[in-house]
Amino acid sequence: MIFLDLFITFFKIGLFGFGGGYGMLSLIQHETVERAHWLSTAEFTDIVAISQMTPGPIGINSATYCGYTAIHNAGYGELMAMLGSATATVALVLPSLILMILISRLFMRYMNTRPVRSVFAGLRPAVVGLLAAATLLLCNAENFSTPMENPWQFGISCALFAATAFGTGYLKINPIRMICYSAFAGLLLLY
Amino acid sequence: MNCELFKTFFKIGLFTLGGGYAMIPLIEEEVVNRHKWVSKEELLDLIAIAQSCPGVFAINIAIFVGYKLRKLRGALATTIGTALPSFLIILAIAIFFAAFKENKVIAAMFRGIRPAVVALIAVPTFRMAQQAKIGWTNCWIPVVCALAIWLLGVSPIYIIIIAGIGGYLIPTPNPSRAGGESEKTESRTTRNDNETTNR
Repeated sequence: MIFLDLFITFFKIGLFGFGGGYGMLSLIQHETVERAHWLSTAEFTDIVAISQMTPGPIGINSATYCGYTAIHNAGYGELMAMLGSATATVALVLPSLILMILISRLFMRYMNTRPVRSVFAGLRPAVVGLLAAATLLLCNAENFSTPMENPWQFGISCALFAATAFGTGYLKINPIRMICYSAFAGLLLLY
Repeated sequence: MNCELFKTFFKIGLFTLGGGYAMIPLIEEEVVNRHKWVSKEELLDLIAIAQSCPGVFAINIAIFVGYKLRKLRGALATTIGTALPSFLIILAIAIFFAAFKENKVIAAMFRGIRPAVVALIAVPTFRMAQQAKIGWTNCWIPVVCALAIWLLGVSPIYIIIIAGIGGYLIPTPNPSRAGGESEKTESRTTRNDNETTNR
């Protein structure tokens, strides 16, 4: 039953999704692309792009979209796909709801104690690793093509990667603007 | 009141581009200055906790504020309020995009967008590494985690669990709170650290 699987998967992602939207992307990618094969790497990358460009938290955006695409790819109709996106979004939010209420009611005063802070401190370097893994997993033929298969597209892809990394990382250009530039470059050079 | 909570967080969900941390100023404006639901000090505390906890940052904040004011009903109102704009917009795009996916123009645009998106995930990796104070002594942790996921296909969930246990068993000399994306949180953390030392 794909809906139950979808619910459990996104519940897990909500429960273990440390490190904000980007940290969560690594989990979503692993669960939906690598493990369940609900979507392809290219589809996942498109979802991240659209999640970046639309308002709202990236985690909610990508969960909604992944839920929709997963059910759609499984061969169901539009209505079921909408139900899939609702399932994924509710499942993603549910652990937060439970945890934050528990913290509000019982654990607020423990949040700043040494053991709790030690656990969070241990998580931080690992979240960096999670993000690095997400980047590495996305560097594949689906997103970049290969020098053998299509050297032109591969070259352009690498150039766009470098330009976006330099533009957002060093020149502090708005990521949404960089996505628009890349879309334009793709239209001109990769049509 | 629940309606007011819903409306406010709907607005917060609707008008923030670029993810959770971009929401902080808007949340502060609405929740602290306009409605005076929580004090500024309290909000900074909530932000620090919401950043450390799993889940979507904006949703975590919304739940804290909603629960504080109206218990479970309030929490539900703020959660649905924050998530609903995203949900509806993405749903509209998903339905639209499913129909135009095969379109040659859209396909060409996305061939250009995909490598750019990979870069957009690569850049925060380094920024987060700086924030997490990754140096020569602890850089093996992210490297091992990344390789385990990338090459061995280990689930990031196991990595998170192991890292949490590791952090508990081998405490760092002066662990500060996670996050620290915003300057305010940073200064707040330092203040809390001082308090701890004074005690």
